[in-house]
Amino acid sequence: MKNYPKYYSFWHILAHYGLRFSSLLVLAFLMLPILVIIPLSFNVEPFFTFTDGMLALDPEAYSLKWYAEIWHDDKWLLAIKNSFLIGICATLIATVLGTLAAIGLSNPAMPWQKLWMAILLSPMIVPLIITAAGMYFFYSQLNLAGSYLGVILAHAALGTPFVLITVNAALSGFDYSLVNASLGLGARPTFTFFKVIMPLIRPGVISGALFAFITSFDEVVVVLFLAGPEQRTIPRQMFSGLREQINPTILAVATLLILISALLLFTIEYLRARAERIQSGELDD
Amino acid sequence: MDNNSLSVEEIIHSRRLLKRKKRLLLLFTMPLLIFVFITFISPIATMLYRSVYHPTVSQLIPQTLVELKRWDETAEQLPDGETLKQFTIELRQLAEQRLSGKLAEEINRLKPGSSSLIKSSARKLKRKSEAELQQQGDQLLLGYSKKWQDITVWRAIKRAGPAFTDSYYLTTFDLQRNSDGEIEQRDTQIYLKLYWKSLKIALIITLLTALLAYPLAYYLANASSKIANRLMVLVLLPFWTSLLVRTTSWIAILQTNGVVNSTLMKIGIIDQPLELLYTQFATIIAMTHILLPFMILPLYSVMKNIDPSYYRAALSLGSKPLPAFIKIYLPMTIPGVSAGALLVFIISIGYYITPAIVGGTEGQMISNIIAFHMQSSNNWELAAALGSLLLALIIGLYWLYDRYVGVNNIKLG
Repeated sequence: MKNYPKYYSFWHILAHYGLRFSSLLVLAFLMLPILVIIPLSFNVEPFFTFTDGMLALDPEAYSLKWYAEIWHDDKWLLAIKNSFLIGICATLIATVLGTLAAIGLSNPAMPWQKLWMAILLSPMIVPLIITAAGMYFFYSQLNLAGSYLGVILAHAALGTPFVLITVNAALSGFDYSLVNASLGLGARPTFTFFKVIMPLIRPGVISGALFAFITSFDEVVVVLFLAGPEQRTIPRQMFSGLREQINPTILAVATLLILISALLLFTIEYLRARAERIQSGELDD
Repeated sequence: MDNNSLSVEEIIHSRRLLKRKKRLLLLFTMPLLIFVFITFISPIATMLYRSVYHPTVSQLIPQTLVELKRWDETAEQLPDGETLKQFTIELRQLAEQRLSGKLAEEINRLKPGSSSLIKSSARKLKRKSEAELQQQGDQLLLGYSKKWQDITVWRAIKRAGPAFTDSYYLTTFDLQRNSDGEIEQRDTQIYLKLYWKSLKIALIITLLTALLAYPLAYYLANASSKIANRLMVLVLLPFWTSLLVRTTSWIAILQTNGVVNSTLMKIGIIDQPLELLYTQFATIIAMTHILLPFMILPLYSVMKNIDPSYYRAALSLGSKPLPAFIKIYLPMTIPGVSAGALLVFIISIGYYITPAIVGGTEGQMISNIIAFHMQSSNNWELAAALGSLLLALIIGLYWLYDRYVGVNNIKLG
């Protein structure tokens, strides 16, 4: 037991333990629903529930068949292919345009900075159902509804605010005299961009790109309205699976998605910690 | 002239440099601005336009509407013969193109019961030639049904004419125009109720997330950085996990033979499974789970920067813990609470996926009815009007957020 200061009363110490206990409960509330999915995905029965055999840890009650089913289902394979194709294309567009814009916007000399920022961040704030409805009206007129290009453009638009925010944050401590020095020493602007600016903001650009990717990878409302059957993505396939007939293949896909998000999370945390070390001067890059 | 001031040439030169710099900065930002305008702002503008623009009637009977302009609808008199003839000619054309049903549907919205009148007259007119109608179309029409003598039918036709209409906005407020053109309340209140219900659900979710997030954020902010960093992963992993994965897990937990029900039955607390899934309760608990990190993260970042010595000082000076907490600590965390609360409220009010999957019929929100009118009832204009209203609500809340929290304080991760 910890040593508490003398002025701590019994009730205070009780409150302390109460706090710790309630914090653990909230953490359990956050994590358990996600953890429940993982064992259920190995269920041999086609249910979303724990069977008696599973609870008794009977190996017979577990199987990998739902994972195998993903690979035998053309719809899932198409959805996986589409999710990555659309996600990567949208990320590329969002990252290039977002990084350039952040460099312009982060400079105090930029006119009407606040207005541009409000407009450029709006895709993040407007509810997806409104975005999706509007895009459906507009993209149909341009014959973009039901096409890959339409979904990619829509997802790129949704991803740009995240790139803008992370690159802006990376630029907040940026020393512009470095740019002036580089230009003053005779470097060409493109050289300065790739050799001076880019290395310093790279962690921000990469985490912005990851945010843009996960935004596209997880997006379903716009796909629901804008995509044809050819452009079905993983979340779209899950959505119809959950609404129509509940098939445990969804649990296997969900488990794989949990793995992917854990991977992305650790990458972003690693980048953030590195960026902090660079800014505090502990690490030269 | 003293040495510090600049010469005219120098001022001109520096201004030119600044102008060049501004142009360069705009050049960097322009591609994204253009991109977002085309891919995002224009669609939203299209939706706003769609909510007031409804040209169906004006495209179906353009000439009749021109003639009707001469008619004074307040007078207790039918439109003149020329107008009626023009109407029969156009109605005959519509019948031939199989479009008369569309007109009937539109007029019926303003004057219930006129659908069959228009359809049956159109059927009869189809057999007549245009020359015949030019001669005596008005007599024929009035002969088909006595209802054509009813001035309110003609008022409805005239009122349905304009391509721009406020009728969809009236519908979203559960209002309508009666046959005299006055605004009155609808018999059934659908949309206002739904807006209130969505606001209520969003408020409950906001309160629940605040209640759950506060102790956890406090604990994380005051724990050693090693423990805090490790536990933070448990907050961030759900934050990063796909929305559909988390919604799926709530189906597994809440369904009739799901984790909660089977556990409770095994322990013996209940003998009948509870109806948990497809209820408002399911919407609320699943959305609370999904939005909880949005409350924890801003609270944590505010609490992290609070100096604990204020609170300790109050205690060592003899204050009881609870009053010290309420008077000293709580006020300092208000910025975090308001930031998190506004964020959660803004996000939850427009939520679609989770209510659609776990909410059943009673757990639906505004977004779900917008999707219904887009996909099932095909009443796009109403969907657009409901969407515009939701957008106005969000912009209002966002303006509050910007005022009290600052948009630039949005941080990720």
